[in-house]
Amino acid sequence: MKKISSELENTRTTFSFLSRLKRNPQVDNALWNEIEEALIQADVGVTATSRIIDVLQAKSKEMKLSSTESILDLLKEQLKSTLQKFNTELNEGGNPSVWVFVGVNGAGKTTSVAKVANWKSKENERIVLAAGDTFRAAASEQLEKWANSCGAELIKGADGADPSSVIYDATEYAHAKNASLVLADTAGRLHTKSNLMQELEKIVRVANKGSGTVTEILLVLDATVGQNSLQQAKSFAESVDLTGIILTKLDGSSKGGIIFAIAEELAIPIKLIGIGEGKEDLIPFDSEVVVEKILDFQEDS
Amino acid sequence: MFDTLTDRLGNIFDRLRSRGKLSESDINAVMAEVRTALLEADVNLKVAKQFQDKVTERCVQSEMHTALNPAQQVIKIVNDELIEILGGQALTLAYSDKPPTVVLLAGLQGVGKTTNAVKLAKWFKSQGRNPILIGADLQRPAAVEQLRVLASNIDVPVFSESSDPVIVARNGLSEAISSGRDVLICDTAGRLSIDEDLMNEIRQISDEIQPHYTFLVIDAMTGQEAVNVAETFNDKLALDGMILTKLDGDSRGGAALSAKTIVGKPIAFASTGEKVEDFEVFHPDRLASRILGMGDVLTLIEKAEDAFDHQEAQKAADRLLSGQFNLEDFLEQMQQLKKMGPLQNIVGMMPDLPQGVNPDDVDETRLTRVEAIITSMTYEERDRPEIIDGSRRSRIAKGSGTSIQEVSLLLKQFKEIKRMMKGAVKPNKKKKKKSSKGRKGKQNSRAKREINKTANAFDLGEFGSFKN
Ligand SMILES: Nc1nc2c(ncn2[C@@H]2O[C@H](COP(=O)(O)OP(=O)(O)OP(=O)(O)O)[C@@H](O)[C@H]2O)c(=O)[nH]1
Ligand SMILES: Nc1nc2c(ncn2[C@@H]2O[C@H](COP(=O)(O)OP(=O)(O)O)[C@@H](O)[C@H]2O)c(=O)[nH]1
Ligand SMILES: [Mg+2]
Ligand SMILES: [Mg+2]
Repeated sequence: MKKISSELENTRTTFSFLSRLKRNPQVDNALWNEIEEALIQADVGVTATSRIIDVLQAKSKEMKLSSTESILDLLKEQLKSTLQKFNTELNEGGNPSVWVFVGVNGAGKTTSVAKVANWKSKENERIVLAAGDTFRAAASEQLEKWANSCGAELIKGADGADPSSVIYDATEYAHAKNASLVLADTAGRLHTKSNLMQELEKIVRVANKGSGTVTEILLVLDATVGQNSLQQAKSFAESVDLTGIILTKLDGSSKGGIIFAIAEELAIPIKLIGIGEGKEDLIPFDSEVVVEKILDFQEDS
Repeated sequence: MFDTLTDRLGNIFDRLRSRGKLSESDINAVMAEVRTALLEADVNLKVAKQFQDKVTERCVQSEMHTALNPAQQVIKIVNDELIEILGGQALTLAYSDKPPTVVLLAGLQGVGKTTNAVKLAKWFKSQGRNPILIGADLQRPAAVEQLRVLASNIDVPVFSESSDPVIVARNGLSEAISSGRDVLICDTAGRLSIDEDLMNEIRQISDEIQPHYTFLVIDAMTGQEAVNVAETFNDKLALDGMILTKLDGDSRGGAALSAKTIVGKPIAFASTGEKVEDFEVFHPDRLASRILGMGDVLTLIEKAEDAFDHQEAQKAADRLLSGQFNLEDFLEQMQQLKKMGPLQNIVGMMPDLPQGVNPDDVDETRLTRVEAIITSMTYEERDRPEIIDGSRRSRIAKGSGTSIQEVSLLLKQFKEIKRMMKGAVKPNKKKKKKSSKGRKGKQNSRAKREINKTANAFDLGEFGSFKN
């Protein structure tokens, strides 16, 4: 996998929140306010923000912290520990294993399938992609192009075909060809549409029916989205047994702070991070990257 | 999900137990809740603060509307302000005298540009135009195929070629002119607002085709960054409007308020689904109540406002407080209440009807019987109920088709109300006990209080509220 991109590397050196507050080393009300506003503007959400600040205040009092820097360090640790307590391993072990990519429209499912295919192919795994989005116009063409550029095979069905059967076919094909992993793309669906959520349940059920074993169900979340991501995660988790989250578009200016609420309330681990449109733009989840992204904010915002 | 503003304010007003004008500290407490509700709806922090200041000012200045209780007053002001910001000047599309009229779509990745390019094309077709679509997204795999498939379903031609987006746009414009198309819609690749190269590229596309209208396509689920995204695209492209997408989900859509505040240009269209027909003209009022979850309470407010003549209500309130209130006033107030529609519905619309209160329990027929009793009285009797002796009572009972007992009960309770109001005192213990008797628990008196507040802050006593 690609190493942390240069943009993200930059955030390590320009930790502007810290540098600004170093100029004002006093711990005063303004500091708590600034932390609060930073978290809210990072889409952490009102409830999670006040929870975080309450804990931080209590701890810093207990530890008798008196410098801004020490408090920010504590904040960083606290945020990181919320995200660190999960196992972010991606599981295989089936023959083939099936990883199903789910999420709302436009979140980055298809691109994430391509990125994972690219990564696994490079590790010399034989990969089969299943074009489980039979709904959106030219969805399978999109995946087909990715398959070609990532050295993966593709199984697709006709437009409007039953996505479960396309994915099932892919598992049987993979089994026959001794491919170890099937990456199943699915159509974007809003979590509020119960018929589409039922369709998803069926997809998972059927994918487990033949030779394949579903070992990952990955919810793709767009970091640009605000508080609604929590609702998405809840609803998808109710329908299927989510095993992890892929947080995409973290190369943008959005910080994806809602993952703290998701981690605390739903305990679904974040496993991968998307940092661009290219097939290489994927990194394993790293709490350091996410937390520093959140705490890096411009002077005037 | 999150508490709606209605819930939040309901809680506050419970604490305040205030019925009159809001004090400054009340307003501050309320505004803190307004802000939280906005933030939970993804309104940008700075925009929320700015909004809060505006609303505070209006709350301080505005005259309190007697038909509404304080929570409703605030919700109304918040709602009005939201609609004002979200709405404002509507977009009027003028077609160029030198066709084609050129439309450019821009936005982040995955927001719905391609889908909405096609939806727009369909809309232009319905306006009697002949649009052409330009596929200038050469970035995302099969983006042009996606556009072609969608466009063929609505019989609109697509121009694209595998060169460079700026060249595609230029050649697309020539194609539109030579094929006599009067509207050109250019789909572009999604791009991050912080990607300078791609932002410059779309600027070049824009310079090339000189759009008459540039729309930012924005996802209703967007979080805090909506502000910066909108601002950057606006700086680069001078937006004319916005298209808000994915409104078929359950996001509150606060991003639209952020973007609108920053860009100041109309949100022209709303995208409400994946299908081409899921597209409509944007309604600011619908989004306003969605952002704060105010839904039904607004309907209630509207009804209350429609039904109550402000001055009449004021007059009645004055008379009530000065002790001149008579049965005629009582009747009028009751009729006002009835104008708001069946009582069951009104109770059903109460934002925070406690559990266990069933709107069907509200006895509409009681109101009607009380009305009948009063209308069977002479005007003199209505003005001076104390003259109603035994024989008058039996006449009234007969005339109204009720019983002497009912007439006596009404008179007794009216006297009680009047006594209560005259001193502007709280109901005495006995009365309180009585009025909570037979109700399903403590909370019900709260619901009743709400009804009574709606009925212009005078207590109907046992009449017209809940069954005993
Ligand atoms: N900047 C950036 N863009 C991304 C990332 N991941 C995906 N995208 C872009 O987001 C858009 C949508 O990505 P897709 O992979 O097609 O998303 P999807 O969830 O499959 O979308 P639908 O199938 O249409 O619901 C495309 O333009 C992608 O190039 C990312 O990590 N960063
Ligand atoms: N539910 C829903 N999905 C939408 C809406 N508009 C677009 N989409 C879907 O969102 C995804 C991205 O849309 P697309 O038009 O390809 O976005 P683009 O990347 O900006 O061109 C696709 O799956 C669309 O079907 C909408 O209003 N509601
Ligand atoms: Mg897809
Ligand atoms: Mg597109």
